[in-house]
Amino acid sequence: MLGERVAIVGAGYTPLRPISPEVSFREMIFEAAVKAYADAGIRPHDVSTFVSVAEDYNDGTAITDEYVPDQLGAVLKPVQTVSGDGITGLASLVMQLETGQLDLAVIEGHSKASNVVRPAHIQAFALDPIYARPLAFHPNYVAGLEMRAFLAATGNTEAQAALVAALNRASALRNPLAAYPARMTADDVLTSRPEAEPLKRGDIAATADGAIVLVLARESQLARYKLNGRPVFINGIGWGQHTPNIEERDLHRAIYAEQSGRMAYKMAGITNPASQIDFAEVDDTFSYKQLQHLEALGLAETGQAGRLLEQGVFSPGGALPVNVSGGHLGCGYTHEMAGLRSVLEVVLQLRGTAGERQLPGVRVGLAQSWRGIPTTSGAVAVLGRE
Amino acid sequence: MKPFSGTSLTDHALTTGEVLLTYWKVKAEYQWDAGLAMSTYLNGLKQGKLLGIHCPQCRRTLIPPRVFCELCFRPLDQWVELANIGKINTYSVSYVNWDATRRQTPEVPAVIEIDGASPGMGILHLMGEVGDTLEAITRRLKVGTPVQAVWKPDSEREGAITDIRYFRPIG
Ligand SMILES: [Zn+2]
Repeated sequence: MLGERVAIVGAGYTPLRPISPEVSFREMIFEAAVKAYADAGIRPHDVSTFVSVAEDYNDGTAITDEYVPDQLGAVLKPVQTVSGDGITGLASLVMQLETGQLDLAVIEGHSKASNVVRPAHIQAFALDPIYARPLAFHPNYVAGLEMRAFLAATGNTEAQAALVAALNRASALRNPLAAYPARMTADDVLTSRPEAEPLKRGDIAATADGAIVLVLARESQLARYKLNGRPVFINGIGWGQHTPNIEERDLHRAIYAEQSGRMAYKMAGITNPASQIDFAEVDDTFSYKQLQHLEALGLAETGQAGRLLEQGVFSPGGALPVNVSGGHLGCGYTHEMAGLRSVLEVVLQLRGTAGERQLPGVRVGLAQSWRGIPTTSGAVAVLGRE
Repeated sequence: MKPFSGTSLTDHALTTGEVLLTYWKVKAEYQWDAGLAMSTYLNGLKQGKLLGIHCPQCRRTLIPPRVFCELCFRPLDQWVELANIGKINTYSVSYVNWDATRRQTPEVPAVIEIDGASPGMGILHLMGEVGDTLEAITRRLKVGTPVQAVWKPDSEREGAITDIRYFRPIG
């Protein structure tokens, strides 16, 4: 149980794009920060603590957090890097606020994925150096192994996974932030180039550049800072991970998502997620991941996610809309920032400011993240209007 | 000295494979977007100019430039051309290469406060025409010694910090 509730009171972001050659990562963060502070109605001088989610190997600079404070208005303030996905960073910031010693806090995520010349080599560098790396497969094979195990164990199909990609790319057409909106069919995905079979090119989210800044406050401080707009409360947050050894994993399961879901639900008092959660943004870095994550989070029974998808349950007009933003498949995968992008969509929806893709009457939303290949770590946040 | 108890690790154990090591060379390659501030600055260097930027709020002139003032947290766009002279803020005399081998003649990295920029604003570069020995260098260079940029010829400049060959003491 949280001691005092924490709310997201400001959000700033740049659009996501496949490349962004006209701005440096600092200038991109500055844009997002200026917008976030204006959105919250605060000055950066009022903020007591900052978290940056970043991975040095993705940024291409060691101890990359040293390069973050200037563009956040965080000069001479505490800045901490969480080298994990955005929701794990958010959890760390919530814990800082839970001490009761700090009022306003800021989290920053950014992606310059386009600046990494050999992304597969960076991914491979995260594999076990003795048992996995010398085999020298393209690291996407880890997703291929998982996908086959998941489909075999649950009865979900390749065609249903392909439909995830087609639907998310189509949803992105209604999201001005998205980098990869497209009209395509499940067949287009199924007939796209095989990568790590059963995984095809169309099943894989392409990377994007962008920056997101969120402002957080303790509930008791909302009136004091005369904050603009509607606060969105973090009612539960959780994280988890499984073994680093690929050969020891339950490759069909997303155990990290099961764990983090349980932790967040307990905190938020959620006992029946499928009926208590109004909509969700779940990680879909690979199409099958969306189905696997929905089942791990209890938002679909084991083996049912694909069928429910076909029935339209997860569509914008369905009973439990999933990835109305377009997900990572439609918006672009943004490394450590990816979890914050999912949180951002939940915030916009709960505020009622999601524009053309606004879901009517939503009160509780879930955002879930995975740290990508080859990890088994991830996090979940349950957010609410009240 | 009394020997430690136990079995010590020998060079022999490592070279014969009794104790195994594993080797990996990471292929980490990047192509960073310089962005607005850095691109403008680097283009200036290509033309043989040092460009700074002025903040009308705190009235500082910043070099290297950025498109926001980190203290006032506001966007900046008042570019100014600065002289290619300045003063030594501090310097060091470096005798070691990256691979820890010793250098015969030392290198002299220095922080140079550029004339016309605000106090404490300067650029990191290297010194030249200062001699080859510690004695000669420390005699020639003091904190506060005036220095000037020595540029590469037009045809060799490419929009990089190395378009300045080095700074040399003047006066
Ligand atoms: Zn200023």
